Amino acid sequence: MNIVECTDVKKTYQQGKIVVTALGGVSLSIQKGGFVALAGPSGSGKTTLLNIIGGLDSADSGRVTVNGSTLDTMNQSELASLRLHNIGFIFQAYNLIPVLSALENVEFVMLLQGVPLAERRERAKNILDDVGLEDTYDRRPAELSGGQQQRVAVARAIVSDPAIVLADEPTANLDSKTGEGLLEMMKQMNEKKKVTFIFSTHDKMVMDYARRLVLIKDGLVAGDEIRDGG
Amino acid sequence: MHLQLAWRNIWRNPKRTAVIMTAIIIGVWSMIFLGALMRGISEGMVRNGISTLTGHIQVHHRGYRNDPVIENSMTDPEVVETALRETLPDGAQWTSRVRVNAVASNARHTAGVTFVGIDPAHEAGISFIGKAVTEGRYLRDDDKNGIVVGRALVDKFETGLGRKIIMMSQDTDREVASRAFRIVGIFKAEMQATEKQFVFVTKEAAQHMLKLKNGISEMSVILPDQKEVRHAADNVSAALPSADYEVQTWRELLPLITAILNIYDGFMYIWFVVVFIAMGFGIVNTTLMAVFERIREFGLFKSLGMKPMWIIREVLAESFFILLIGTTIGNILSFLSVFALSGNGIDLSALASGLEYAGMSRIIYPAIYSHDVIIANLVVFILGLLVSVYPAVKAARFTPVEALTHA
Ligand SMILES: Nc1ncnc2c1ncn2[C@@H]1O[C@H](COP(=O)(O)OP(=O)(O)O)[C@@H](O)[C@H]1O
Ligand SMILES: [Mg+2]
Repeated sequence: MNIVECTDVKKTYQQGKIVVTALGGVSLSIQKGGFVALAGPSGSGKTTLLNIIGGLDSADSGRVTVNGSTLDTMNQSELASLRLHNIGFIFQAYNLIPVLSALENVEFVMLLQGVPLAERRERAKNILDDVGLEDTYDRRPAELSGGQQQRVAVARAIVSDPAIVLADEPTANLDSKTGEGLLEMMKQMNEKKKVTFIFSTHDKMVMDYARRLVLIKDGLVAGDEIRDGG
Repeated sequence: MHLQLAWRNIWRNPKRTAVIMTAIIIGVWSMIFLGALMRGISEGMVRNGISTLTGHIQVHHRGYRNDPVIENSMTDPEVVETALRETLPDGAQWTSRVRVNAVASNARHTAGVTFVGIDPAHEAGISFIGKAVTEGRYLRDDDKNGIVVGRALVDKFETGLGRKIIMMSQDTDREVASRAFRIVGIFKAEMQATEKQFVFVTKEAAQHMLKLKNGISEMSVILPDQKEVRHAADNVSAALPSADYEVQTWRELLPLITAILNIYDGFMYIWFVVVFIAMGFGIVNTTLMAVFERIREFGLFKSLGMKPMWIIREVLAESFFILLIGTTIGNILSFLSVFALSGNGIDLSALASGLEYAGMSRIIYPAIYSHDVIIANLVVFILGLLVSVYPAVKAARFTPVEALTHA
């Protein structure tokens, strides 16, 4: 079953007087359980594609379905609900709510979902343990390293078993060793919990972790390579 | 956790929160405190007006109010007394008076005064004069030619205790009646004008001089509860033949004070609005600033799946806390400042001559009215939340991409 389905997705932006084509007709299917990298140089359209898949941005034309729902017929509130229950986001940085502790950040999404307190505390602790943050429950984001912050973001993204996790250059702000650690952990979670990960990168090392590598160039799919059964 | 989030967010920029809270505190304080001052001034004015020979209710011969001449006296006070006795609640007190315009003179000076004949014992429980004599003594029932005059009149006439003063007025035969009285007491009043205006003799002395027999000019009533006034006046009025008598409450007897009270009421609400507008701008501004500083965070909220309505709620919760703390402290401060002044009041003697025109007391005792406090708090709270809706909607409207790409 395809968890994400993009058919001829186009998106242009107006930059002053110039019209910039961010996506020139992208068609892409991603299977459940995948660990997929969208790779391409800066400005190639990776962020735009992830935002459209996550319903944060809308395509000018084409169709996007996520977990069976067609995004272009949904209103803001339905999209919000889809994100809340089916999509986890991880950005380059600033992923966490500054005034909440690591534990509370993870709990917050479950709070929005209406998970009862005891259960959400339990699940938040478990997932933080899974990503190797058993000692940092009560620390605020400012008291965590960049790598730890990204781990909390991953924990929050996967805590309620979403259909997909969209990660936009999750390692771009980390040194390579920390970045590798994060990817290692993401891959573990992918295998252990069968969460679908789609992440963008322009870093060769990161691409090597992917089981499927989709090359994006000038807003088009320029290559699609399956590494090992993804 | 929503409330925790809001609570922690307001302390992210403590300086800004402190500034806006200070504005709210000052706003609430000024509303309640100035409100209490105005109420105090009003109460003082009313108290003064009522005790300066007005009372809560007065009964006159019909026509006296328009033309207070001696012909418009009540010739049979017993009828009125009976009506009062039958209709007024327990604890009500009343007294009868003779009141005419007269000319007072001594060897050197002449002045127009209000010549009042009183029943000394009854009067003492009703108007200011019973406690106002500071030199000499108050009138006695058997004072045939004793007179009590105000300090200011004594000074003006360059006279004193034991000296004579001549009263001249028109009697019931339309003849000039004139008689000498001896000053037995000097009174002081809240206002100099009162000291200059009124002179007091016994009712019998006045009746005798004016050939009134039993006649009186007015019957003045004090009720145990001021709220009963309208009702009681209606009852008295119903018990008396309306062709011969008219019954009025202090509101009708003191039209100027009644008008001022209404103006004060209006002024107070205008003041509330002014304070609020100033405060409202402050609240909108700081909340907008706080929202714009956190565009990224709102983008994050959206990416997490928060609906616009939830974001609005989040921002409003922050305003709610700021308003709650601000109004609480504002209330405490205003109660403390009113309490601090309630013992001795605010002494405005230095300004007294100016204030007299307005009928104000020399000393103001701030008075807190619960409905003023409730209105002040509601105004700040409800309007405070309302004006926060704008920044909150702004926060909810950022498109996620806009918010996330924001530098
Ligand atoms: N909000 C926007 N407004 C205008 N142009 C944009 C906007 N977002 C992206 N673009 C343009 O669209 C193209 C694709 O951008 P993006 O998807 O961010 O690429 P990538 O993530 O691969 O670096 C770029 O040329 C970029 O300048
Ligand atoms: Mg990008």
